[in-house]
Amino acid sequence: MNDTEPLVRWDWIGRHIPDITERLLDHVIMALVPVLLGLLIALPLGLASARWRGLYQPTVGVMNIVYSLPSLAVFIVLIPVTGLAERTTVIIPLTFYTLAVLVPAVVDGLESVPDHVRQSAVAMGFGPTRRLLRVDMPIAVPVVLAGLRVATVSSISLVSVGALIGRGGLGYYFIDGWQRQFYTPIIVGIVLVMVLAVLADGVLILAQRLLTPWARARRTS
Amino acid sequence: MNWLIEFFGTAANWSGPSGIPARLLEHVEFSAVALLLSMIIAIPLGLFIGHTGRGGVVVVVAANAARALPTLGLVVLIVLLVGVGSTWPVLAPLIALAVPPILVNTYEGIRGVERDLRDAAYGMGLRGGQVLLKVLVPVALPLILLGLRIAAIQVVATATVAAYVGLGGLGRYIIDGLATKDFPSTLGGAVLVVALALLVQLGFAVLQRAVVSPGVSRRVKSR
Amino acid sequence: MITFEGVTKRYGDGTVAVDNLSLQVPTGAVTVFVGPSGCGKTTSLRMINRMIDPSEGRILLDDRDVRAIDPPTLRRGIGYVIQQSGLFPHRKIVDNVATVPYLLGWDKKKARARAMELLERVGLDPALAGRYPFQLSGGQQQRVGVARALAADPPVLLMDEPFSAVDPVVRASLQEELLRLQAELQKTIVFVTHDIDEAIKLGDTVAVLRVGGHLAQIADPATLLAEPADDFVAGFLGKDRGIRRLSFIPASKLRLSTGREVPGWSVALDEDDRPIGWRASGDGDGPLRPFGVFDPAQDSLRAALDAALLAPSGCAIAVDPGGRFAGVVTRETLDEALGRASGEALDPARSAAHARPAAGGDPDAGQAAG
Ligand SMILES: Nc1ncnc2c1ncn2[C@@H]1O[C@H](COP(=O)(O)OP(=O)(O)O)[C@@H](O)[C@H]1O
Ligand SMILES: [Mg+2]
Repeated sequence: MNDTEPLVRWDWIGRHIPDITERLLDHVIMALVPVLLGLLIALPLGLASARWRGLYQPTVGVMNIVYSLPSLAVFIVLIPVTGLAERTTVIIPLTFYTLAVLVPAVVDGLESVPDHVRQSAVAMGFGPTRRLLRVDMPIAVPVVLAGLRVATVSSISLVSVGALIGRGGLGYYFIDGWQRQFYTPIIVGIVLVMVLAVLADGVLILAQRLLTPWARARRTS
Repeated sequence: MNWLIEFFGTAANWSGPSGIPARLLEHVEFSAVALLLSMIIAIPLGLFIGHTGRGGVVVVVAANAARALPTLGLVVLIVLLVGVGSTWPVLAPLIALAVPPILVNTYEGIRGVERDLRDAAYGMGLRGGQVLLKVLVPVALPLILLGLRIAAIQVVATATVAAYVGLGGLGRYIIDGLATKDFPSTLGGAVLVVALALLVQLGFAVLQRAVVSPGVSRRVKSR
Repeated sequence: MITFEGVTKRYGDGTVAVDNLSLQVPTGAVTVFVGPSGCGKTTSLRMINRMIDPSEGRILLDDRDVRAIDPPTLRRGIGYVIQQSGLFPHRKIVDNVATVPYLLGWDKKKARARAMELLERVGLDPALAGRYPFQLSGGQQQRVGVARALAADPPVLLMDEPFSAVDPVVRASLQEELLRLQAELQKTIVFVTHDIDEAIKLGDTVAVLRVGGHLAQIADPATLLAEPADDFVAGFLGKDRGIRRLSFIPASKLRLSTGREVPGWSVALDEDDRPIGWRASGDGDGPLRPFGVFDPAQDSLRAALDAALLAPSGCAIAVDPGGRFAGVVTRETLDEALGRASGEALDPARSAAHARPAAGGDPDAGQAAG
């Protein structure tokens, strides 16, 4: 487009640190609140679908459909309800995407508990609730965390689409860069989003190690 | 609701180059071309890597990176770098986002076929290519189709976003409507996009039933 | 005939799976490779159809070095059966069985007709032809695996622990079926197992391998039981070798006394002359007591001894193939025969012509090696 324009102007970055920090923070909030909300809803929903098998197919079917809806379209549909350029307009759809990934993960995780483990828990006198919490849940943790990693990374990258409706955290820089035919903000935005994603992923991998020490012991032996 | 009636009820919205049928066709056309090109790149590569076992790490890294890539940023950057003017540069980010899910699922599908089955196929005297096409692909088909479905959904969504940098299609109603504060048009566009996404999903469900062997999906009428 | 000549297999990581193996697999007979897990059985088997190529030495198939033959062509002429059957899940049973005929370019109708014929041969209901593998039980799948290996009528069959994953009852019936098929077809079969009882039941020749890929002993089952080459083989063979060996000594040489009376007891017969029990002498209407029978034409000394041990008289009742009374073997006669069996070194010519352990009558079937 513009042959003399360098890809990155460092002085622009230097002058915009406070602005970048503010948008970064906004981005993190809009990305992580849906993940937390999603996790809080997905756990009981997944447990219920694992307990009552009849719920499983419909739940996963609905989640599949939700997952297939383009985010921009969903933001737009929500605008009359929650308003233009509002955090909520972004957070609600992203919560649903998180659910779409996590509910099947919770169910699959619970399914992965071997039958003999479950039966020996029953034989040792665990009641259904205690068994679920003390035996099944810990074993399901790795699968749930794998789902959580996918959901978190997707959520972080999807927030930026919100810029098209006026609230996209770091996504603002894509619009800004486009309108001014200026590479630097676009590249800053892309790099920061990816760094955020990698960091969040790293934290979750660490959490997985801490929460499932037995898996690590097996890996090293 | 009124907004929707206003949008869909306007006769002018149903004809001409910016009418709903034309826009829908455009959207489907871009998406189909992007998906097809992605398949041409990703399926042979995924089959090769899955079959030979070489380069699996690259695939996994690519898939993770692709998930973290912000679509809007990628679209804007590529079009700015390559230049506006024609439709083709806009296809590049669509393809860049569609290739990883196809690649990963094809690779995982082929790699995940039980060792015994592979051994039995070679032991019967099938050649490498026959093992791949007659045994591994049919068994991996559900996963390959899953990759295609994820890619198709991704493409439809990204094509919507790409209206921002000048691509035609249903995204135009959304972007132009937002710019001119014509909310009925924005909402109408969003509803059309949602409908298209659902149709794609349905299409893949039908395709899955048609091409996956009942022996693999374990779905058989009698018994 | 398959000949291993100084075959060694070293894997990339340095593991020596097979070490300087030389042996001959005779045509038209079952040769079993048996040994503990990891001793190189699978590796040895797969070098025959070139799923693996040896590091040293060569393998001859009827005097041709297998390495001179293009692997897929070689494999289409060798049936291959593996543990989990390895059936193609996306194909119906009939098409699974017809895999090799299709590869060989037979027309579809002929290949399917052949497949149907084989399904029947291996004892499967032809109605299963249109099903998919997941709709069959493990034992049925394994039968399909055998049918598929036989489809193009290959002279050689390689079987890698084909019956290990099914329960003991099904395993025994699959073993019987294989022996029956082999009596008809007389293929050259190499059969791999870790189960010594299976090896002894199925093998005309048994090659015992030890970990590290060394051949510990190769012999017919009777010789193996009588004269294990070393402590490893003896330990692997397990307990009761003496009794199990009797399975390989024919009962035909036992002297029969044709009368129904022995001291204290007499054989009771029905109107068709079939034995129905022992009765105490001089007790015309007294209660019938348990009895055992054997057929001298088919059964082994072990069956005769078993029949004697079941009876209160301590005598075995001999019957003809139709089940009619043929005579009685007394304890003294049995004693003599047992004495001869333990005293003499085994005569290879005689044991080669041995009667197989009676079908279904092997009380050790399914018992793990000791
Ligand atoms: N592809 C391979 N690479 C390295 N070592 C192998 C490979 N396949 C088998 N082995 C090793 O070779 C030895 C013999 O294996 P195998 O022939 O499968 O034994 P068996 O069939 O008697 O259980 C074992 O120690 C096994 O671990
Ligand atoms: Mg083995």
